[in-house]
Amino acid sequence: MQNLDQSFNALADPTRRAILARLARGEATVLELAAPFSMSQPAISKHLKVLEGAGLVSRRVDGTRRPCRLEPAALDAIDRWIADLRRVLETNYSRLDALLADIEMNEGEA
Amino acid sequence: MTGLTLKRDGDRQVVVTRRFAARPELVYRAHTEPALLQKWLLGPEGWTMPVCISEPRPGGAIRFEWSDGQGNGFYLTGEYLELEPFRRIRHVERMFLPDPTPDNHVETTFEADGGGTLMTLRMTLPDAATVEAMLATGMEHGMEASYKRLEGVV
Repeated sequence: MQNLDQSFNALADPTRRAILARLARGEATVLELAAPFSMSQPAISKHLKVLEGAGLVSRRVDGTRRPCRLEPAALDAIDRWIADLRRVLETNYSRLDALLADIEMNEGEA
Repeated sequence: MTGLTLKRDGDRQVVVTRRFAARPELVYRAHTEPALLQKWLLGPEGWTMPVCISEPRPGGAIRFEWSDGQGNGFYLTGEYLELEPFRRIRHVERMFLPDPTPDNHVETTFEADGGGTLMTLRMTLPDAATVEAMLATGMEHGMEASYKRLEGVV
């Protein structure tokens, strides 16, 4: 996927992840998105541009409003994060499997 | 030993399960004793936990600091709330990335399962948006680093 790098970069920021999380619940305007953050509208708009550039968010015209919505690619990107989270947990727990086996072996010898 | 499961339960909870070949007492100790935690709770390859404070008693402190040895690092603080030795741990934790993430309440249970252990980790977050954000963030430490690494790979 050509904008995978952009997706990861876009997801690397907690504000942008929070914006995506909000949009996962439905469309919202910049004003609505800015409300939970102690951030100015221009700052939020800047984050939105990064998300738009990565193809994770799109905006449509609705009279004078320009609501933002999640693109399906955003959900794919989130799925990839979850898949990678699983890999990290598995890495940890595989290590723990080995550690537990070591402890049991040493106790057996003791 | 067997695969991990990770699923959402309602709006505010995430449940992870995993089976281990060792008995509950050992798995519990590996989750509470610093010398053991430092050997496995490390995230991606190459990371270490140079600071590990774990005081497994009600009110006892938790502090884990991770480093990749190249100047990147982050940490987690928390407190133990309730412990039933070898069976159940309740604690609260938050990560600093460097800004603190919302408090994550975690209940970990260790059940005998044949000769091994079924571990269930139930995390409860303040609200649904936080759950979304946490799932998106990768709730386990080391995710930022692993994504940075992944970016280099793909």
